Amino acid sequence: MAVLSFERKYRVRGGTLIGGDLFDFWIGPFYVGFFGVTTIFFAALGTALIMYGAAIGPTWNPWLINIAPPDISYGLSFAPLREGGLWQIITICAIGAFCSWALREVEICRKLGMGYHVPAAFGMAIFAYVTLVVFRPMLMGAWGYGFPYGIFPHLDWVSNTGYQYLHFHYNPAHMLAVSFFFTTTLALGLHGALVLSAVNPAPGETVKSPEYEDTFFRDLIGYSVGTLGIHRVGLLLAMNAGFWSAVCIIISGPFWSRGWPEWWTWWLNLPVWG
Amino acid sequence: MAYQNIFTQVQLRGELEAGVPLGPHNDSRIGPFGTSWLMGKLGGAQIGPVYLGTLGVASLISGFIAIEIMGLNMAASVNWDPVQFVRQLFWLSLEPPSAKYGFTFNVPLAEGGWWIAAGFFLTASILLWWARTYTRAKELGMGTHVAWAFASAIWLYLVLGFIRPMMMGSWAEAVPFGIFPHLDWTAAFSIRYGNLFYNPFHALSIVFLYGSTLLFAMHGATILAVGRYGGEREIEQITDRGTASERAALFWRWTMGWNATMESIHRWAWWFAVLTTLTGGIGILLTGTVVDNWYLWAVQHGFALEYPATGVVDPATLPGAPQ
Repeated sequence: MAVLSFERKYRVRGGTLIGGDLFDFWIGPFYVGFFGVTTIFFAALGTALIMYGAAIGPTWNPWLINIAPPDISYGLSFAPLREGGLWQIITICAIGAFCSWALREVEICRKLGMGYHVPAAFGMAIFAYVTLVVFRPMLMGAWGYGFPYGIFPHLDWVSNTGYQYLHFHYNPAHMLAVSFFFTTTLALGLHGALVLSAVNPAPGETVKSPEYEDTFFRDLIGYSVGTLGIHRVGLLLAMNAGFWSAVCIIISGPFWSRGWPEWWTWWLNLPVWG
Repeated sequence: MAYQNIFTQVQLRGELEAGVPLGPHNDSRIGPFGTSWLMGKLGGAQIGPVYLGTLGVASLISGFIAIEIMGLNMAASVNWDPVQFVRQLFWLSLEPPSAKYGFTFNVPLAEGGWWIAAGFFLTASILLWWARTYTRAKELGMGTHVAWAFASAIWLYLVLGFIRPMMMGSWAEAVPFGIFPHLDWTAAFSIRYGNLFYNPFHALSIVFLYGSTLLFAMHGATILAVGRYGGEREIEQITDRGTASERAALFWRWTMGWNATMESIHRWAWWFAVLTTLTGGIGILLTGTVVDNWYLWAVQHGFALEYPATGVVDPATLPGAPQ
């Protein structure tokens, strides 16, 4: 059941980065590997600590459970478990689990003879997360600048942090990040729709070839990026969304501590206006 | 490390493609125009041909008129000074009519009438372009999935600029045209209605927006990673599964215990993108019409904490001076 009809011939030895054959096996559909073991370790410990934090916290309401980072007064030191220490260990577990997962993807890529695009793309997401909870707090001098782990608590953090800079939409890197998120979604909608429209034509019509996909887009906008190109476009757009998100938060505080609308005065004060 | 298929290394140049022949009642295409080395590094190098047709021309003219109205109004707001126009461009605005005009069309041009006119032509341009996405697909015998995905984006656009202002009974509720002004509108809108983060449909819309980005990163990366097996030939892989499709599927099966198929990943893609604007439009439409303060609504429904009283009276609860 766990093995697909064509799967058997792909389940070969090798491709591991570490541990040789020791963890080179599957459990059900899942590949294990050394990094599968470390993923399970970090994920289980982190989840257990979140449950512990919820248990000693005021609520079991899943929307409101809040694992907050230490108070600013702790600076960059370790805090007692109940006063943000949990957040610190959970952060270590999260980074451990994410990196393990990415390296496990590398092993699976090697096993299947694939390129490393997926772990590279995931690496960008990890980079954005680490920027939020490690790089920026370190530059700001306190773990308390990290965001709290909880569904609505983390939204409150985003809201509050944004208003500390008066109006976050004026952050130029935030503008880029949002534009990349919107453009990625537009491109995804177009790509999904184009492929579906080729293989799901009107009743009585035959399935259409990529020549029709090219023709449709050239008719519509005068250009078709093609079947290979659209996946490069999508990956680049998506990775840029993550990258500029990281940039927009790392510059807020460490490199600009006033309102973001004020940042734009350099443009109004350029010497060229006469 | 082997070639990772990020840019095209060798570009072939042959005869330009004219495109699939169209039926008799179509106009002729313009182009193809040539090739671009830069575009060829990323994907297709060929530029054109393009099918303009009546709908395309009408759409472009409407869009041009809309942009003209916005630009000329902005130029007028800086006394037609070209230097100040460039200097202040991001701050300039074409604002909708003020609340005293309600949702009527009898508004002086300088007091929002131009905004209504620009909105009309922009909407005409968009709807004509929608008709174009529909007819171009039909003329090629393809499905109309692009048109219906586009319709979802148009839904959000119409909610913001027309449907919600109509339900609120005032053009003043609509979004202004301008770079910073529309961002100001967004921030003010969120604050006025008690923080849009507590609006569940806003939350859903963001989930689908981020989810779309995640999906395209996963899908784009997967196809590029199996590029050496011809993974980008998705239609062929859908109709006759090959090793690229098998490896792509197994990658995710081994990673997360489950996989999409070469066709179903595009259904996931379509729905995630479509639901971003569909849920976003619902969230905007409910704001101010059904729910006046999303934070208080969240407290009432048990997903926001009530903060201790500050002793400051909310001015919104005061009756105000007699008018």
